[in-house]
Amino acid sequence: MSNMSDSNSGAAVTAKVVPIKDAVIRIAGNSQDGIQTVGELLARFSGRSAQEVMSYMTIPATISGGPSIYQVRIGSGEVLSVGDEVDVLVAFYQHSYEKHLGALRNGGVLIYDPDQVKPNLDDKRFTYVGVPMTSLTIEAIGGKGRDKGKNMFLLGLIARMFDLDTVKLETMLKDWGAKRDASTMEATFNAFRAGYGFDIGRMGQNFKFIPNEQRSGRPLMVMAGNQAMAYGLIAAGVRFGAAYPITPSSQIMEILRAELPKYGGIFLQCEDEIASVCAAIGASYGGRVAVTSTSGPGLALKTEAIGWAVMAEIPLVVIDVQRGGPSTGLPTKMEQSDLNIAIFGGHGDCPRIVIAPADVEDAFYSSIEAVDLARQYSCPVIVLSDQAIGFRVEAFEEPDLAKIVRELPIDFTPRGAEFKPYEDTVDGIPHHPAPGTPIANNNFPILTGLEHNEAGHPGEDPRYHVVMTAKRRRKLQKLGEKLPTPKVFGPAEGETLLVSWGSAYGPTREAVEKSVADGQPLSALCIRYLNPLPPGLDKIFERFKRILVVENNDSGLYGYGQFAALLRSRFGDPRIGGINKTDGLSFKVREILEAVRAQAR
Amino acid sequence: MSETTNNPTSGAAVVAAPTQPGQPAPYKKVDLKSDRPTWCPGCGDFTVLDLYFRLCERRQIAREKITTVSGIGCSSRFPYFVQAHGVHFIHGRAVAFASGLSLSRPDLHVFVFSGDGDAYSIGGNHLEHAARKNIHMTLVVMDNNVYGLTKKQTSPTSPIGFKSKTDPTGAVDRPTNPMKKLIAAGATFVARTSHSNPQHVLQMMERAMDHRGFSVIECLSECVEFYPGAFDAANPRKGGQFTVIEEKKNDGTPEDEKRHDPSDEAAAYKLATLPFPGVFGVFYEVKQPAKNDREQQLIDATRAAVGNAPPLACLQKTFARLK
Repeated sequence: MSNMSDSNSGAAVTAKVVPIKDAVIRIAGNSQDGIQTVGELLARFSGRSAQEVMSYMTIPATISGGPSIYQVRIGSGEVLSVGDEVDVLVAFYQHSYEKHLGALRNGGVLIYDPDQVKPNLDDKRFTYVGVPMTSLTIEAIGGKGRDKGKNMFLLGLIARMFDLDTVKLETMLKDWGAKRDASTMEATFNAFRAGYGFDIGRMGQNFKFIPNEQRSGRPLMVMAGNQAMAYGLIAAGVRFGAAYPITPSSQIMEILRAELPKYGGIFLQCEDEIASVCAAIGASYGGRVAVTSTSGPGLALKTEAIGWAVMAEIPLVVIDVQRGGPSTGLPTKMEQSDLNIAIFGGHGDCPRIVIAPADVEDAFYSSIEAVDLARQYSCPVIVLSDQAIGFRVEAFEEPDLAKIVRELPIDFTPRGAEFKPYEDTVDGIPHHPAPGTPIANNNFPILTGLEHNEAGHPGEDPRYHVVMTAKRRRKLQKLGEKLPTPKVFGPAEGETLLVSWGSAYGPTREAVEKSVADGQPLSALCIRYLNPLPPGLDKIFERFKRILVVENNDSGLYGYGQFAALLRSRFGDPRIGGINKTDGLSFKVREILEAVRAQAR
Repeated sequence: MSETTNNPTSGAAVVAAPTQPGQPAPYKKVDLKSDRPTWCPGCGDFTVLDLYFRLCERRQIAREKITTVSGIGCSSRFPYFVQAHGVHFIHGRAVAFASGLSLSRPDLHVFVFSGDGDAYSIGGNHLEHAARKNIHMTLVVMDNNVYGLTKKQTSPTSPIGFKSKTDPTGAVDRPTNPMKKLIAAGATFVARTSHSNPQHVLQMMERAMDHRGFSVIECLSECVEFYPGAFDAANPRKGGQFTVIEEKKNDGTPEDEKRHDPSDEAAAYKLATLPFPGVFGVFYEVKQPAKNDREQQLIDATRAAVGNAPPLACLQKTFARLK
């Protein structure tokens, strides 16, 4: 909330309206308080009001109850990260206040429930607004709802504070409550209106977002990364998926299970991770590329079958929503530590395609691209998302579905007598006929995990292994030549180039923007294609003195993380180092800038 | 030319290979021969292969639609020996693979050939759940009571006392009872046969093929190299007994009282507890909707609920809610 004044006087009676471009609101309570609902409604509302938005939430690892937060950043321009500091903190309980006050910026506003929270009012850094949310909600609802509904009271309060369009908001609330009973909705609206009507004059000021001038006019979608990925797969024509429940990727399978029948498709919940990848491979063999979604522990279990798909050259899409590892690790926290298993997991020389979306919007397009690449190169494609992308909500321009949505036909083209399933062609890419395809001379293909000759039959001659290993590698090399060179953000040359992949993209780019504004410009590169790598990276690296790879994983035995190690082995460039962390949270912009300064010393 | 099978009116893709124009000349089982089997001379698996050829020949399954899937083991070299579409998958997971294939391609009848290690040991979990879900396919387990491809280790069906390289003083663990396992798993067609009675194997294969849902045949198949004589007690030519289950005819005769009712799960379980060599035939058969059909019903109902809208309209409608 850059234009917000640092006024600490709590005496003004009439609130003045301050125009702002950007605000970070954190709501801290317990998981049963419905703060996620408020957060999501706020995020969706921002999208409908053409504001960019990004959210962040934590859910306790316990099954029910426990502290929980929802943070939403709303901006009249591109929102690249969820924000280092909070402008408005809402604390439902004493523990919420104590744990999260440190995130509130100097001059920020604390909204607290005086029935529950006793803040230290002597700390003059903040503006204190006590709102008895619990008792006022009970009063508004009529006593019977206990404090259920205080989330809606809060939504009303925030709507007033940021001068949001209540007509639009109430319409959205009606949509949200379409399947809820009338008395619940009545209570919802009573709570909402009570919150909106609360006299916030004491805060001294209200805020109004200035219109978003960067908007093209296309409506904004608001969804979480897991949703974007599931709908991307549907748009790309995937009609079969299989998975086993695992945090934080289960939402993808839940959506596909509910949605695929609409499209004539099937989603199979399997007995385990292994069965699900095998069923997906079976469906892919049936003629249309299929998907399995998982997280790290599941990817570990799937690696043998993925190796078969590499060997037999069958298209397959594997979504890994990464969490902290190894082992059970940090199931509800983000990490980017599955890069090695994604690229190298499994035995043998086992080349496969690995891509990583940079944000929620990119998650939608990456899953479509994964389907296309799997089909074109007839091999597994692993998409590395992570918990942060999977769970957070972002606004992005509505995709042009009419251009994107497709059905994937099964290729039943009869094959000639000369057909060989594993022909050693120049590009090395096979085009397998689905069962049901007639083959002249009835010379049918066997798809196999044994090393094979061009006809797909195992042979004693070790030369086949040489030829076929090269063939499987060559098709990925061909892809690598065609990939676009990523664009450099910030100056084209200079001291430090930051390299990011996956969800480190947003804070890295914001760090660049901040460094440019501060007159000590950094540059950044976001790499979406991790295996094979795009061409031209060495040319970019040459123009900088230092290359720092920003990634959420350990700095490793030798001082650099997994992607940095890959780039070092690719380019033999000792100037490649890393900025790493393993606290289970996305990078803060400040953390990146401080790490750059520390390494410059 | 690529055949697309989209149904333009419904918008949902129909996944079935096009029927070939004209009536192709009937094929003979000899036409299905492919690579020379790598099995040892005298192996029981030769019989199963030959009978699979005979089944295809008798039923004249369209050549391009014969789909044979296997995992790993001696038995699982099967697809290389059949001149048809086939898959040699990884150890223990053929049933999981076939589940995806069967569900996404309802026009195929997928045959899976497996062994005791592949099906009952490493693949046990998949077997159980494909059976429970009643996914349409036929699984033939060529059970030789030993790991043959890796040259004589104890298998889950090796009897106590069997001397192998992993149990040089004799196996100590109780073996799996495949029939109990399959009935308890909820397979809707469970039969037992032996390579030593080819006519019976063919009969069981035909009945399995006519069954809608998950059909499984436990087929004793002797390993002449590592466990010769394992099934002599079930082979009349070796002085044993091959007792065929008499199934109820519902003819009201007093003899019928004693006959086996394959839909009686408890009776089937009782047959499964008989000591070796036990009995052969259909232990259990019950009509239950196949997973494939349930899924199709779900698709039909869901498609109807959206007015059979094409994919673009469906997704646009969903996206409108997410704005």
